[in-house]
Amino acid sequence: MTWTGWLLALLQTTLFVACAPLLAIWIKRNKCFWQNRRAPRYVQPYRDLIKLFRKQVVLAENASPLFRMAPYIVFAATIVAAATVPLVATELPTTAIADMLVLIGFLALARFFLALAGMDIGTAFGGMGASREVSLASLAEPALLMVVFTIAMSVQSTNLSNAMTHLLESGLVLRPSLLFALLGLLLVAVAETGRVPVDNPATHLELTMLHEAMILEYSGRHLALMEWAAQLKLMIFGVLIANIFFPWGIATEFTAAALATGLAAVAVKLALLGAILAIAETALAKMRLFQVPQFLNLAFLLALLGALTHIILEAGT
Amino acid sequence: MNIAQISLQEQAIIFSAALVLFTSFALLAQQRILASIHVFAWQGFLVATTTALIALVSGQHHLYYSALLTLVLKALLLPWMLHELVRRLGIVHHVETVVQPAMILLAAAALVVFSYYVALPIEKLSSLSTRNTIAISMAVVLIGMLIMVSRRQAVSQVIGFMSMENGLFFVAVVSTHGMPMVVELGIAFDVLVAAVLFGVFFFQIRDSIESLDVDQLNRLSESVEPDGTAE
Repeated sequence: MTWTGWLLALLQTTLFVACAPLLAIWIKRNKCFWQNRRAPRYVQPYRDLIKLFRKQVVLAENASPLFRMAPYIVFAATIVAAATVPLVATELPTTAIADMLVLIGFLALARFFLALAGMDIGTAFGGMGASREVSLASLAEPALLMVVFTIAMSVQSTNLSNAMTHLLESGLVLRPSLLFALLGLLLVAVAETGRVPVDNPATHLELTMLHEAMILEYSGRHLALMEWAAQLKLMIFGVLIANIFFPWGIATEFTAAALATGLAAVAVKLALLGAILAIAETALAKMRLFQVPQFLNLAFLLALLGALTHIILEAGT
Repeated sequence: MNIAQISLQEQAIIFSAALVLFTSFALLAQQRILASIHVFAWQGFLVATTTALIALVSGQHHLYYSALLTLVLKALLLPWMLHELVRRLGIVHHVETVVQPAMILLAAAALVVFSYYVALPIEKLSSLSTRNTIAISMAVVLIGMLIMVSRRQAVSQVIGFMSMENGLFFVAVVSTHGMPMVVELGIAFDVLVAAVLFGVFFFQIRDSIESLDVDQLNRLSESVEPDGTAE
């Protein structure tokens, strides 16, 4: 691999990490618009992060070293996961060495430490949040893997970069399997990133918290890292949906013009996706926790249907 | 027949066939009566669209009439009749309770695999461009049956029956490019008459057992009240 490739990969990952709060605030501003509220400014999430980084860390007396390590591990694992996702350009060295299964693995690693940290202090909320998160993850992950397999069957590769290039080269083909995979991935993404029908990221109401319950004990820079990681995860799923199913515009060569087009394309796609998410979050009510398994079952079924329609309708000789 | 090698119209046929299968699953998962009538209407619309697309690709002009008939009957008239019926029975907000919804959905996925397995030899014999969708259309028939089996409410069972009929029509269109017009008209009127008769039956059932839950028909409670006293 060339130097430019690695440099671009580094730049892309930095961009990924730096823009994650921007996507979060974009969704929040859209939600504010639909809900007739005054919106915070675009710099607000960055200010929040800076504020949290400056603040003193308050630790519980019985916090183990794991509790202190967890934010760094979660943040690092999420960054590495983000590095494997092509954002602006395909064929980067970081995307070549990892495929979708590795990506899911890194996200699972982050979740594992998040759940451990939630249980570490021994408060009721942390344990409850961790148990909920893990039980939902055990349903979301098979669905996510099924989506990956469906995509892999169509493009004959689990590598994200190869998948995008393959879909770009084959042009406009109406593949029902990819439609089902897209719907399945949308549902899984909502569940995994804790957005509205499954979890509400803006609330700290005791009985409904999922993600927030686990990080309740964190403060200062630890909390900043955890929140940043959550924003990053949202961005990862957004980019996955935007770039796998609508790969048009992504740069396949390392020229300035192609990269600029890629950047503009992904920005437009993410903005659209964020606006749709904001409308959906405004229109839908949060569902009861016991209905979430049904929701994820639907996601799994959609992905399975994608795989079946691929075999029945699209393969053939 | 790889999907990347066929024309865009043929891809559209396959795409809408997959959507018909999806509406079948949606019917199976949907527990609200009104919503399932709407899904049924969409299924009829998609079957009509697929038929029209097949007519366009294959140049069989009589299929346009079939498509039009399906559109008017399955996507507009029958849903409207069911809608009226549900409104007059006063069960607009009725929610069906399905036992083990997740298992039933997985059973439906298994039915899709089964119909693929069954349709495989037929597909080898056929040379039509729509041969891949035979399995899908058979799955729609089987899932229609599954809807009838898994539901207790008479109206939902009738929706399952109609969805099965959609599937049968779909099988005929994709495997042989449609039945003779006379047969098709006959079936269409049969379904229409069936819908009217079902409507009459609903009122009869409700008058005699004061519910549309057909499970209650299993009990012989004509002469004996639930508490054991003779009428």
